[in-house]
Amino acid sequence: MAAPPATPATARPAPADGGRTVLDPRDISRALTRIAHEILERNKGADDLVLLGIPSRGVPLARRVAAKIASVEGVDVPVGSLDVTMYRDDLRMRPARTLLRTDIPPGGLDGKVVVLVDDVLFSGRTIRAALDAMNDVGRPQAVQLAVLVDRGHRELPIRADFVGKNLPTSLVEKVSVRLEEVDGEDSVTIAGMVSTGSTTRDGSTTRDAEEAR
Amino acid sequence: MKRHLLSAGDLTRADAELVLQTAEELRSLADRPIKKLPALRGRTVVNLFFEDSTRTRISFEAAAKRLSADVINFSAKGSSLSKGESLKDTSLTLEAMGADAVVVRHWASGAPHLLANAGWSRSSVVNAGDGTHEHPTQALLDAFTMWRHLGSLDGRRVAIVGDVLHSRVARSNALLLKTLGAEVTLVAPPTLLPVGVEGWDVETSYDIDAVLPKADVVMMLRVQRERMNAAYFPTVREYSRRYGLDGRRMDTLQDHTIVMHPGPMIRGMEITADVADSHRSVIVEQVTNGVAVRMAVLYLLLGGSEPALSLEASGEEEGR
Repeated sequence: MAAPPATPATARPAPADGGRTVLDPRDISRALTRIAHEILERNKGADDLVLLGIPSRGVPLARRVAAKIASVEGVDVPVGSLDVTMYRDDLRMRPARTLLRTDIPPGGLDGKVVVLVDDVLFSGRTIRAALDAMNDVGRPQAVQLAVLVDRGHRELPIRADFVGKNLPTSLVEKVSVRLEEVDGEDSVTIAGMVSTGSTTRDGSTTRDAEEAR
Repeated sequence: MKRHLLSAGDLTRADAELVLQTAEELRSLADRPIKKLPALRGRTVVNLFFEDSTRTRISFEAAAKRLSADVINFSAKGSSLSKGESLKDTSLTLEAMGADAVVVRHWASGAPHLLANAGWSRSSVVNAGDGTHEHPTQALLDAFTMWRHLGSLDGRRVAIVGDVLHSRVARSNALLLKTLGAEVTLVAPPTLLPVGVEGWDVETSYDIDAVLPKADVVMMLRVQRERMNAAYFPTVREYSRRYGLDGRRMDTLQDHTIVMHPGPMIRGMEITADVADSHRSVIVEQVTNGVAVRMAVLYLLLGGSEPALSLEASGEEEGR
């Protein structure tokens, strides 16, 4: 009885729109589990923690990290979302954008340790906008940053405290994070060329292409 | 969205829903310690008011200021307008001052349209009420208030009662509510229904008591005696008895039905005090929602390099 030919362990399912899968659902789950542990370790528990996801994909990621923290520590960490649209430095470079949800947990942010959660860290401009947006909402005791993927090419002095995967990329590559809650499946893929628009060093186009899909 | 907001009829369903969703996000700003967003920093919004208005002007002013725009108030009284300056010259002056948006209220129907389309200036024009024509941001805030209380407006019945003839609010509401799928019934004495109302695609009735039990929303209108130059009804008392909303009539409404009024209201005329102060009345909430809706309109028109694309056109998945 010959076993069916096993697929090589390295083979990843090809995403529908081309490109290479770098994280599959189990990889994403493991990365988030590790991030949850690292957050607890760094902050010596879950006291005063607030997870703030940056819409759209940072919010489900923040919820998943909170669920993992709950299963490890038995504490329900407040989860919110923080829309940064109006604080973007490229707001005036495109037609007015749709606002996304801002939802600050009832306890507010004053004196809390806020962990910002986003899917991809690239130029750092979104995080700068998030820091500005937070400034108008409250004064956290500390702010930390968790991202699923860090693809490099920072344009501002910003770094992540918790990283799911460091993904060295070139500027012409396009990283797509897809999540069950938003896209119906979990995957992180990397594609060779940006098909629409030009890719510029300021990163806005590439960044936007990622965000707008 | 178009570059100007002149008529509620300019808004597609997608545009209108985008305004409502944006307003919903902006409404939470009122609960925050710092009621300020940076979106319109460095933009100039001129409030150009040729007609008396309190709530609309301060509502637009609050909206623009909360978005960090610079606001210039320009009212007809005590300015060069009262010395006979033409609309064209006023417009050229505002253009020279670098206005990005002009919020205009005018006693003449069509003045905002002229301002927007005569080629005098490049700014966006927002109609804040023109004569007996339109008042699109009032319709948007009314729709927003209904939407927050009732959810989707598809198939909802809205009764608009009173001086429809002189009401720009009624006209804008009829257009917008139809776009959003609601069924509108205008209730007024025959003399206060406009000529050509048959073409509005709304129901009309002379009998308020027949309409109220079926309505999901009752919107009372003020009798605009300042615009009346003829006798439209015999006495105030008779009008009030036949078309006013009092406690007895309120009791015939369905449990979920809300009572609205665009203000300013005349207690004892079109609405009694007990109705205006009842739990069904959302009249004060309309004022709060007005600021959020006007913020949404200003942001969507001025926040980017050009007005917002509507939800389906932009190809974004963000639309909730």
